[in-house]
Amino acid sequence: MALYNLPAHELGNKLRKKEVSSVELTRGFLNRIAEVEPEIGAFVTLCGETALESAALVDAKIGRGEPIAPLAGIAGAIKDILCIKGVKTTCSSHILDNFIAPYDATVIAKLKQNDAVFIGKANMDEFAMGSTTETSYFKKTKNPWALDCTPGGSSGGSAASVAAGEAAWSLGSDTGGSIRQPASFTGTVGLKPTYGRVSRYGCVAFASSLDQVGPITRDVTDCALVLNAISGHCEHDSTSYNLAAPDFTKALTPDIKGMKIGVPKEYFGAGLDKMVEEKVRGAIKHLSGLGAEIVDVSLPHTEYAVATYYIIAPAEASANLARFDGVKYGYRAPGCRNLIEMTVKTRTQGFGNEVKRRIMLGTYVLSSGYYDAYYNKAMKVRTLIIEDFKKVFGKVDILACPTAPTTALPLGSMLDPLSIYMLDVYTIPVNMAGLPGISLPCGFSGGKPVGLQLIGRALDEMSVLRAAYTYEQSAGFHKTAAPLGGVSA
Amino acid sequence: MKVSAQEVQYIAKLARLEIPEEDLALFVRQFNDILGYAGMLGKLDTEKVEPTAQVLPYGNVMREDAAGTPLTQEEALSNAPAQKDGGYLVARVMEGGGV
Repeated sequence: MALYNLPAHELGNKLRKKEVSSVELTRGFLNRIAEVEPEIGAFVTLCGETALESAALVDAKIGRGEPIAPLAGIAGAIKDILCIKGVKTTCSSHILDNFIAPYDATVIAKLKQNDAVFIGKANMDEFAMGSTTETSYFKKTKNPWALDCTPGGSSGGSAASVAAGEAAWSLGSDTGGSIRQPASFTGTVGLKPTYGRVSRYGCVAFASSLDQVGPITRDVTDCALVLNAISGHCEHDSTSYNLAAPDFTKALTPDIKGMKIGVPKEYFGAGLDKMVEEKVRGAIKHLSGLGAEIVDVSLPHTEYAVATYYIIAPAEASANLARFDGVKYGYRAPGCRNLIEMTVKTRTQGFGNEVKRRIMLGTYVLSSGYYDAYYNKAMKVRTLIIEDFKKVFGKVDILACPTAPTTALPLGSMLDPLSIYMLDVYTIPVNMAGLPGISLPCGFSGGKPVGLQLIGRALDEMSVLRAAYTYEQSAGFHKTAAPLGGVSA
Repeated sequence: MKVSAQEVQYIAKLARLEIPEEDLALFVRQFNDILGYAGMLGKLDTEKVEPTAQVLPYGNVMREDAAGTPLTQEEALSNAPAQKDGGYLVARVMEGGGV
């Protein structure tokens, strides 16, 4: 198998055994990018030169016989919502298309301490608002499994780069499913950590009570390695848990005997594709065969989650995106006569339609006269959704369900915002409750990957990772590399 | 409850956005689709339910009032669309005049 299709932990072993150097590996990824990027379009910015410099430093360390961190010298792609000092951070928006971050996000600083290599900034839906990466101001990203399909979103570039062998691992962000749904669509492993597990400092805010940064990787082992590198308390983020993170690689033992896995009936209702259902039910049966106890459960408020989300997330977004006014950074509309005109023209020209729609929805639900009917109501329903999870987690250890109701959809096929929003019907409740959730491949339908979602209690990524690892090692779907367009299965 | 074109324009004004006349009908329809869908929350009795604004078990988080290392003036201004005398330069706040 080509090096660019190997997981980061295997590449790390090759570095430590001096079978390959980090510069060679990084050049390999850059060559792969040169080869496939015109088809895939996963990146907004490439960082080839600095990536090679970082790689050379790791090679020097290895040459001196110094120990290196697990991700040291391994190239990763970073969603363009995360600040890397001196690198453009655009959120795939015109309004930030000239913004060069003057500081590192905490997750980036932590990865730098681990000597990780950043190969480029990954395309995304504008300000992470979307589920197909099609709202990007710059380009459409294509699914390496079927080039006429979306890779999902909003972290579509992060997921596609890993699936296409353009990066060994990546970071995404997940507000309503934006890590897990693209992972599902691209046959990769995507983890949204517990809200507060990973610092949001330097991650451009969309909906602050829901956003969380996490890994998209080739397998569960890499997922644990990236999570180890980025987790932990951050003094710049008052919503980060003041707790030391465990060593997540300790979860990588193939043993789920006696683990109670709940199957929520509401996640198998109308709208779920038949083949997706078949594969996910097959995976649950597989988990049972590996020793887990399967329990039918109910989360009765699931059907209200999308409606709740599309009040709360736009409300928070409308406040967060008020900062884009053309004063301190980013795009400024030319030729304005006064400050109000400058602000209005800058925002009108700088934001795309989906972002405008959400800012306006948020403005509306927070406005006088509608606050109680919409925003306060949604916050109350959020409580009911959280209580549903609390009740079932009294009976089971984790939940198993589909990540998304379908496999990857054709590019351009989703024109109506509401039907795009429904793609996140199984992922949104997890953000509402701040729980950890992972998506991992559990089969194929028409040559396109199907994602299994596992959801855990708050701060219990360990159980989620253990179940995911046990399933992955037995089922083996992570070993199939994307054909880059040649669909067959 | 239907939102009118005038209301959408008013909300756009509050949000410091302009919706061009040719896009207005589409925005109004999508606005009503989404709010109509959200109307399903009205079916739930939430009289006695406390609202959740965020899920962490923390209230205010305080730190020592100690000075850190801020961005330099040069770094802070490095992305400014226009600057003058070490500050951000903007269009006039009062009517008239330009940048």
